[in-house]
Amino acid sequence: MPQAVIAFIVRRLIVTVFLLLVVSLITFGIFFLIPRLAGQSTYQLAEQYVGRNPTPQTIRLIERKLGFDQPLIVQYGRFIKGIVVGAHYNAGPDKTYCPPPCFGYSFRDQQPVWPVMMSDLPVTASLAFGAAVLWLVGGTAIGVLSALRRGSFFDRAAMGIALAGVSLPIFFTGLIALELFSFHWPIFPNIQFVPLSQNPYLWARNLVLPWVTLAFLYAALYARLTRAGMLETMGEDYIRTARAKGLPERKVIVKHGLRAALTPIVTIFGMDLGLLLGGAVLTEFTFSLHGLGLFTVLAIQNNDLPEILGVVMLAAFFVVIANLIVDILYAVVDPRVRY
Amino acid sequence: MAHGEPDETGDAMMAPDAPPFAGMTSAAPSDLLEVRDLHIHFPTADGLVKAVDGLSFHLDRGQTLGIVGESGSGKSVTSLGILGLHEGTNARITGEIWLDGEELVSTSTARIRQLRGNKVSMIFQDPLSSLHPYYSVGDQIMEAYRIHNDVSKNAARTHTIELLDRVGIPQAATRVDDYPHQFSGGMRQRVMIAMALSCDPELLIADEPTTALDVTVQAQILDLISELQAEFGSAVIIITHDLGVVAELADDVLVMYAGKAVEYGSADDIFAQPEHPYTWGLLGSMPRLDREREERLIPIKGTPPSLINVPSGCAFHPRCAYADRTGGRSTDEVPPLRETADGHLSACHLTISERHKTWTADIKPLVEGTSPFDASQEPGGGVT
Repeated sequence: MPQAVIAFIVRRLIVTVFLLLVVSLITFGIFFLIPRLAGQSTYQLAEQYVGRNPTPQTIRLIERKLGFDQPLIVQYGRFIKGIVVGAHYNAGPDKTYCPPPCFGYSFRDQQPVWPVMMSDLPVTASLAFGAAVLWLVGGTAIGVLSALRRGSFFDRAAMGIALAGVSLPIFFTGLIALELFSFHWPIFPNIQFVPLSQNPYLWARNLVLPWVTLAFLYAALYARLTRAGMLETMGEDYIRTARAKGLPERKVIVKHGLRAALTPIVTIFGMDLGLLLGGAVLTEFTFSLHGLGLFTVLAIQNNDLPEILGVVMLAAFFVVIANLIVDILYAVVDPRVRY
Repeated sequence: MAHGEPDETGDAMMAPDAPPFAGMTSAAPSDLLEVRDLHIHFPTADGLVKAVDGLSFHLDRGQTLGIVGESGSGKSVTSLGILGLHEGTNARITGEIWLDGEELVSTSTARIRQLRGNKVSMIFQDPLSSLHPYYSVGDQIMEAYRIHNDVSKNAARTHTIELLDRVGIPQAATRVDDYPHQFSGGMRQRVMIAMALSCDPELLIADEPTTALDVTVQAQILDLISELQAEFGSAVIIITHDLGVVAELADDVLVMYAGKAVEYGSADDIFAQPEHPYTWGLLGSMPRLDREREERLIPIKGTPPSLINVPSGCAFHPRCAYADRTGGRSTDEVPPLRETADGHLSACHLTISERHKTWTADIKPLVEGTSPFDASQEPGGGVT
């Protein structure tokens, strides 16, 4: 059995590597093939990779340096090679080196993309994981209680709030939260990101409002999902069997009901978390947290293609990895899944 | 009328000379299980569903009772009621269920939980959906055992392997860790039986235990149940729509229609001389190997009645071929469950002699497959 599990994981890993390659190919295609197909010349393409106010000579230089004049397949090879071994963008005195993993070099900011993304990642990761814990615990708990007290005041109130949570955009709830708890009653004043390693207390305190705001949206969704799942499983025959054994109701609900109801939620949770790690755009923007989401927004505003390409690749990477983890977890959670 | 009848039927069955409401104050019965005037009603948006409406029966230790009826006759609702499994639903339960000197309808949920799976256990119809897909069969049986017995995990495991071995699962010691989906239907039902027997119950309720199984496996499971019954000394209630199953296992038979008992007695009596047209219908619609192949099964005309608007009078009258012989009483009066012979009760407006005559002349030859007549030639012949 464990051997089968290991073989399963190895097989999934191989598939994942392939998936990542496909993702990179598609991303690459979007950035380099589609503009060409749309009739953009390589000169125009190069224009977008150069810093502000370039001279035509610089653009020509960049066009050659980035290899836009070469066939696409060669460009893709260089792109992948850059990720693996790094890339040199300039021969001569001012050597522009982009160390591996090189996801591109921002000529606007005069620096490789990867280190910038890595410095922004902890912000997004802190935000995403903290909120994930909140919404998973809160959402499922509310969902279970709602299902068990179906039609009660609690159920209707919770589902009403959930509807609001799903419907209200984060820039609205976030601004309200800021207004109330940061300005009107300054419980969480002066919100800015403090690394966990530097001051765990400030890290947590400054993230409470973003966490709650982000978690509110997801908790609402998860509460509804859990409620529906619980209502379905609690009507299953095996629940009746569990009761017929003489199990206390609490055990029937948690061990037999929740266990089955939570399995599909694991899948959605993995995907949501993977997606969020690529940047919680609205939350980061609302609370001015400099994470990957804000990085993306700025990259788009500045028309900085290498940065956009890098962050798209990174986000896709997180989703693929989350998918992998969910698959493995599913095999562990549900014995019916074949290895 | 509707309120008067159940009391009468109850009295007629249990204690013919007892005063009304005797059940409320009477002492515990000596039988293992005694159900008195049980009503289980469910209020719904469409009206009150009278799933069980004035049912009484009893069962002695080590005996087997077969409860027979079509879907929706209240068989399963009754059995779930004995286990208190209507708890948490909107069911309204009145009447009495005495198990080994203890009244269950009025007892606390904590107490009934101690009895469930312990003194009374149950086997369900579909073993695949009745077993939890995420836990190994061993875990599920051990769980049932350890709720009621304070034993170590290892001891429970040993006990579980013994049980699995006893119910005929090969290589029980390794299969104990397998999951339900890794077993065949018959093997799964064996697992369910092992689980039900884990605490050595005094009463085992088998709710259509073979319905979801392959025909070839059905007989094996029934044999296993009767074998284990002898070994464990449990009383068994077997719920089924298949009279063949009842004929094989039951000492007593209770025929239910629309939440009420229409015929009740020993299996020998009922199979020798059934007294209710509905029972005749069940016998006629039973496939038999010893019958001529050309002969068709005789289905019971119509469909089971709505339990919200139960037909007036005798609930069976819209489907009964003899309803016109009662002089209108079948639509106006609920027939009481009356003792017609020693320990044989039936609820029908026809006189007993008329029923005996009809059975012997018209029905018996047909259902035994030895009839010289054809169903179409004999007007009163088919229970149609």
